[in-house]
Amino acid sequence: MERSRRSFLKIAGISALGIGVKPVLDVIAEQHDEAVEPIVKKHDNALTAKRWGMVIDTHKLQSEELFGKIINACHHTHNVPEFKNKLHEIKWIWLEEFQHTFPSIDAEYISDHARSSHFLTLCNHCENPPCVRACPTKATFKRPDGIVMMDFHRCIGCRFCMAACPYGSRSFNFRDPRPFIKEQNPKFPTRMKGVVEKCNFCEERLAEGKPPACVEVSEGALVFGDLDDSDSEIRQVLKENYTIRRKPELGAGPNIFYIV
Amino acid sequence: MPNNKQMYDKGKVLAGIIVFLVITTFPFWYNRGKAAPVPEPKLTEKAKAAKECIMPKEEIRTEHMQLLDEWRYTVVRDAKRVYVAASGKEYLMSLSNTCMDCHSVKSEFCDRCHNYSNVAPYCWDCHIYPEEKK
Repeated sequence: MERSRRSFLKIAGISALGIGVKPVLDVIAEQHDEAVEPIVKKHDNALTAKRWGMVIDTHKLQSEELFGKIINACHHTHNVPEFKNKLHEIKWIWLEEFQHTFPSIDAEYISDHARSSHFLTLCNHCENPPCVRACPTKATFKRPDGIVMMDFHRCIGCRFCMAACPYGSRSFNFRDPRPFIKEQNPKFPTRMKGVVEKCNFCEERLAEGKPPACVEVSEGALVFGDLDDSDSEIRQVLKENYTIRRKPELGAGPNIFYIV
Repeated sequence: MPNNKQMYDKGKVLAGIIVFLVITTFPFWYNRGKAAPVPEPKLTEKAKAAKECIMPKEEIRTEHMQLLDEWRYTVVRDAKRVYVAASGKEYLMSLSNTCMDCHSVKSEFCDRCHNYSNVAPYCWDCHIYPEEKK
């Protein structure tokens, strides 16, 4: 039988289509069971609030030893690496001089004590967080309880949030942090190169009913609680003491208060 | 006028198709019968003693990636950390602390199938897995 190339190609094409379509149809025809919504919930003893905040009593917080204890507790809990190079430094909770902590306060004849003191600084978990607005992937978000949280899975390392944060609370992993972690805490993940990180107000501890690691070891110098609850300890402390916040004029609404 | 029923260069065309088919199917028949055996993940004593995982074996095998993805979403975004399995038992939703607690030997559990199916999940870039004793 004589056959033209044209008709040969037609038959070959249709046969190939026929063979190829079958598995596709099989997949489409497959019955999908309705997925049962899994039950997920919070721990029964999880600490909850409407607006988490912290008061730092700088009078109680003077010794190098206590500073070290607080910083180590945080850094150990969260696998924060320690880089020798200042440019690579990862900061969750750190020390700052007066003029860098409160640059908007006119400190021309400030007391020697204030000038020489160091102040504990951390993420302010702002009411109106500029980092959240800057994040293009929503890796940084504000939880209903006020914690400004990061989803490290989603961070693309663009560092817009670092430019947006007026408090320098965010750090970028220029290097793989793993080799620089003194002692790994297997309960908390590390980060990888190219990811921004910051204080998470120990949300993983709050979820288990524990206070933040820094508060736990602070010997009463740090008070943590719900600013929305007028009966809370933190509100009592705020009522009885004069407190200031870092750069309030910027309108970010920091939730860390300093007794100075 | 040429006969339009005729297929020009019939020999070359058919030979060309045969050569093409032989080359494209080469990997299949060359490796025939030499397929690597399907690996069986090795359970630790603790996992064996527990008898059940959070889902039936078949489901967890095919759907653990979706499950872990949902877990990471609910834990990070919704701050919900407790998973109630169909059996009613509660589990902490954590790869490092729950999954790896039973399946503590990564090289004999996770890696066996992942290497076989040539997938490289990046979980371990950040999440810590238990150290393996040699």
